[in-house]
Amino acid sequence: MIATSTGAREGLEVRLEDLRRRFGTVTALDGLSLTLAPGELVALLGPSGCGKTTALRIVAGLDEPDSGRVVVGDRDVTDVSANKRDMGMVFQAYSLFPHMTAQQNVEFGLKLRGHDSTRRRARAGEVLDLVGLSSQKDKYAGQMSGGQQQRVALARALAIEPSVLLLDEPLSALDAKVRAQLRDEIRRVQLEVGTTTLFVTHDQEEALAIADRVGVMSQGRLEQLDAPEALYSRPGSAFVASFVGLMNRVPCEVQGGRATLLGTSVTTLDGSVHGGRGVALVRPEQVQVAAGGDDATVVHISFLGSFSRVTARLVEGTELIVQTPSATVQDLRIGDRVGLSLLADDLLVSATTD
Amino acid sequence: MTTARVRAHRRLQAFRVVVLTVLGLFFLVPLGSMAAYSVRVPAGGRTLDFWRQLGQDPDLRGAIVTSLELSLLTVVLMLVLLVPTMVWVRLRVPGMSRIVEFLCLLPLTIPAIVLVVGLKGVYAWVTYFLGDSSLTLTFAYVVLVLPYAYRSIDAGLASIDVVTLSEAARGLGAGWFTVITRIIVPNIGAALLSAAFISVALVLGEFTLASLLSYTNLQVVINLLGKSDSQTSVAASLASLVFAFVLLILLSLVGRRRGARRTAPALDLMAPPVAKEG
Repeated sequence: MIATSTGAREGLEVRLEDLRRRFGTVTALDGLSLTLAPGELVALLGPSGCGKTTALRIVAGLDEPDSGRVVVGDRDVTDVSANKRDMGMVFQAYSLFPHMTAQQNVEFGLKLRGHDSTRRRARAGEVLDLVGLSSQKDKYAGQMSGGQQQRVALARALAIEPSVLLLDEPLSALDAKVRAQLRDEIRRVQLEVGTTTLFVTHDQEEALAIADRVGVMSQGRLEQLDAPEALYSRPGSAFVASFVGLMNRVPCEVQGGRATLLGTSVTTLDGSVHGGRGVALVRPEQVQVAAGGDDATVVHISFLGSFSRVTARLVEGTELIVQTPSATVQDLRIGDRVGLSLLADDLLVSATTD
Repeated sequence: MTTARVRAHRRLQAFRVVVLTVLGLFFLVPLGSMAAYSVRVPAGGRTLDFWRQLGQDPDLRGAIVTSLELSLLTVVLMLVLLVPTMVWVRLRVPGMSRIVEFLCLLPLTIPAIVLVVGLKGVYAWVTYFLGDSSLTLTFAYVVLVLPYAYRSIDAGLASIDVVTLSEAARGLGAGWFTVITRIIVPNIGAALLSAAFISVALVLGEFTLASLLSYTNLQVVINLLGKSDSQTSVAASLASLVFAFVLLILLSLVGRRRGARRTAPALDLMAPPVAKEG
């Protein structure tokens, strides 16, 4: 399940053990445990205030846990100060030193490690090449675009050959197009250098696109840690299900590990309610729509290119979003009666109150 | 529409010229008069004797050296005290920033004469430990320049993201000393320079504290000299005024050039404090 295949020989294992952190009355981390395999890229995903940034800052040494440990390789770094942890970090805010050129920024960490200028220049050239910015090496932060600045910041973090790479929402200040580009670039670079990486984001698309595993956090806890596909198709809780991707909530009847909805009986996933009324969590692409049925009425159709989203209202009032290839809904009009059928074999059914 | 705008623009231009002229006269006429007085010979004619006197009068020369030394010491002590403290407050105890600001601005609200009453007692100990050199005035002067230096440095720190920059530097292996000297200071250079310049200007013009605490500095000697040799004393006053003016003009030029080269806000003393982002 854990993808450690590509070039992941130099990475170290990183363990977060039962981390707890309170800020006044707010619990930011409530016993977070997480192990990153060597060379793995784990994304921590969650709404703001879920503790993901606190977790990253504790790994970086920029914040201290009330209890718990951070272990990198065989070394317990919990009490090691930030400047001795040997970690590369890229921040959400632009963090290049404004009085230095891109190259000087990248060389800064190497200078502090006492490398001579020839070696520094060679290494800076190498990592700037890696992020595709050799031509910009003499520019100051103020002369570069946001995307370029974050690339230099990435190069600067990698220049010191850190044991762990920490990315704190490095893309959220950028516009959508640059964000997608740089996202893939970060992944490419990370696979190339094989550094164990912790990536914090609130953007599920980002997390699902580049991480080996994604940890969904809520209220200081890890709700689920899994590969992106697993997280999407087999969410462990209603929170994960609704946070990752679009999710329909369809009332249903549960009995003996099976739920009945839309005229179909399916197996319930672990973590579902055991009996009685429940709400089945159904992905838009897990439902098929067909003209001429009698399950629901079409209330809205949005054309999104190769596929369309049809909103259909069930007889008892629940609205359902169905994602389907555009060709199949060409003849549908608002107000049409349609038939709906379930394509899933198993579903998560949560309690009605969730 | 366009004519109205042209007219408005012209009116503004005229207003500017008037204001600048009036203000210019306000400052230049007294300076001009001082200059004229300092070269006048009562019997008629002009002489530079009084200006030459500036370098020759041993008391005056000593006082000039003392005041320059005082300026330098004040600037150094002020920077050493203020920069790490203010950076520390921003990074670690932002809740304290109000209190620190209040403390730093306090000297502005206390008349020098009241300060002296408090300082007298303190200086009994200063003299006991450090002797009675006029250079011990440095401590009082650091307090005196705090409000101005604080404002200037605060504007400088507000124009950069101190927290992120220092966290980035620490992540790369920098200790606190390196963070302050190699990351923070180079980026608030203009602010430090303006804090330094204004401190120098203030120290060179300071009379009350020195006189009431019975120390000798430039202004005290000028004042004494005024009683025996008024023309030399006016020459000395003028020289120190012009020196301070030049410093302040340099300051505003430095602030402007910085502002132009980077997109950081100009570190102008007259500018309102910049609100910190985020």
